[in-house]
Amino acid sequence: MDKRVEKKKLDLGSRYQALTQDLQWNTSYQPMEKVFPYARYEGIRVHDWSQWQDPFKMTLDVWWRQQSDKERRLYAVLDAFAQNNGQIGVSDARYVNAVKLMLQVFSPLKYALHRALAHSARNLPGDALRIATQIQASEQLRHAQQTVHAASVYNKYFNGMHEVPRWYEQAWYLAPVKSFADDLASAGPFELMVAISFGFETLLSDTLFVPFMSAAAHNGDLSMVPAGFSSQSDTTRHKQAGITLVKFLLQQDSLNISTVQRWVDKWFWRSFRLMPMVAMLQDYMVPKRVGSWKESWDTYVEAPVEALFAELAAYGLKKPAGWQAACAAKDHLSHQAWNAFYGYGHALAFHTWVPGNDELEWLDRKYPNSFDRWYRPRLSYYAQCEAAGKRFHNHALPMQCQVCQQPMIFTEPGDGRWIAYRETQHEDESFHFCSDQCQTIFANEPDKYVQAQLASHAILQTSGSETTENALQASIADLGVVIGRDNGEFHGSEDDTNFTLWGGGQDMKEAQL
Amino acid sequence: MSVTAIGAYTHEPHDTADRFTAPLLYVAWDEHMIFAAPAVVPLSMHTIMADVQSKVLPKLYGAHPEFERIQWSQVQWFCGDRMFTPKPKGTLAEHGFGHKSVLRFRTPGLEGLRGSCG
Repeated sequence: MDKRVEKKKLDLGSRYQALTQDLQWNTSYQPMEKVFPYARYEGIRVHDWSQWQDPFKMTLDVWWRQQSDKERRLYAVLDAFAQNNGQIGVSDARYVNAVKLMLQVFSPLKYALHRALAHSARNLPGDALRIATQIQASEQLRHAQQTVHAASVYNKYFNGMHEVPRWYEQAWYLAPVKSFADDLASAGPFELMVAISFGFETLLSDTLFVPFMSAAAHNGDLSMVPAGFSSQSDTTRHKQAGITLVKFLLQQDSLNISTVQRWVDKWFWRSFRLMPMVAMLQDYMVPKRVGSWKESWDTYVEAPVEALFAELAAYGLKKPAGWQAACAAKDHLSHQAWNAFYGYGHALAFHTWVPGNDELEWLDRKYPNSFDRWYRPRLSYYAQCEAAGKRFHNHALPMQCQVCQQPMIFTEPGDGRWIAYRETQHEDESFHFCSDQCQTIFANEPDKYVQAQLASHAILQTSGSETTENALQASIADLGVVIGRDNGEFHGSEDDTNFTLWGGGQDMKEAQL
Repeated sequence: MSVTAIGAYTHEPHDTADRFTAPLLYVAWDEHMIFAAPAVVPLSMHTIMADVQSKVLPKLYGAHPEFERIQWSQVQWFCGDRMFTPKPKGTLAEHGFGHKSVLRFRTPGLEGLRGSCG
């Protein structure tokens, strides 16, 4: 018998080389500048692309196999959750509002990241990085889809999930998310990568994934948990890739340093300005709490980012300009966000409420420096109004920051008393900002931000009205939100009464006994 | 170039005064954050301060339990960061306000619900 010949297998390094950098060729019919028209205008200089390698040496063939395994496992769990009426087993129907917020914020954001990355994946001049970016783009699409699929079981039983894409485009309170994504989409391929992989994923994504997924598990949501973990395994890779990319750009040319620093400053802050919703989700919306926003910040941001920048100092990169301000906000962020959302509760696509007494005590324990002093009296007042049958509503149209488009609800760093105002005159027009950082972002590229279509202003332009009362609510009703059913007070809502009617939350209560 | 772009890039601002029925005034009652953000109010700059006080502010802030207790003679007024003394018959324009100015007022002694700035 003939001896079987062993097929020669490439080792991981050669295989990675063969399936990424070796695919590189120089075009002959067209100049390379025309094939990669966006490669140079951002001013990034790369001398040797072979120096960039994916830290995980991921190639497309391996990636397909891994992802399809993950999909099979995930969808088996999602099916089981739906078949066993898992939605009845969550801790409390208030929890479903956390799912709604994830669906309204997270899935469209991930879809936007997918589109932005696909642009970079086409236009980056380095082959290995282009392939890594292509993989990342596809992963963001998975994350968007999976959140939708994980939430779809809830959509059959609860209100407020029926027109998410439209809300993302037009709902006033989702404008900070859309604005973030639009800013990305109009950035060049290098800025975009630094923004997503480093500014968002490396520095801040753990605050979203780790605490929310543990909270979801804690509240009996076995639909969102596997979707989250499936995404998180990708995100862990993105974070590493982000660090590798930043180091690579800094090493390639010392002239890159100031540009990368500017992007890190900008995108850390823009990502941080998406955090109010994450913070309130953790401190206010999840009925069975795992930890506070402040604890997450300490554990998943402050400590690791300090360590990371100690390392990056050798490359000439400093901590983001807004770092101190962001850290100083940890005692206030979730409370200011929930205070605003509660007041505007009639103009959202989810429900709001005043936390119960035990929850107020929990908040007090977690925020000894700020809760009792600044925030509890507001909540007590809302509860009092509610008990008297006159729920508090804030009918004003909110002033928004020209850059992050958040309503101007944030106080000066480390303080609970004074709202932060910043103003710039540009070509005879006044522009207003929520922070030094947003003001700086504007100053660096004013022509990008003067065209912002702020929601409050757009509402006034379309209604042509001089009265602002109810304008915010009318704008949300125009988007298919049924006032009072999909939003407003949670207690006594259709979601609340149905859940009780179905015997929801019983398992969780028995488990506690 | 004031934006990083592949070519010339200019854009008209979306919120110049001519695009609204009236110029926009941002209004805030300092230290009263149950109204979480300053309000946007379309308002003629010919409006006199007496009307701002008696017609505009009650509509925005009348629901607050401290509103009735405001001693208007004690109120501190700001145009942006600049403190000013209003003349009741003077118009917003005469006090230096224009499209997208910020009008803030502060009520010493009234610092929100139980002093919480709420």
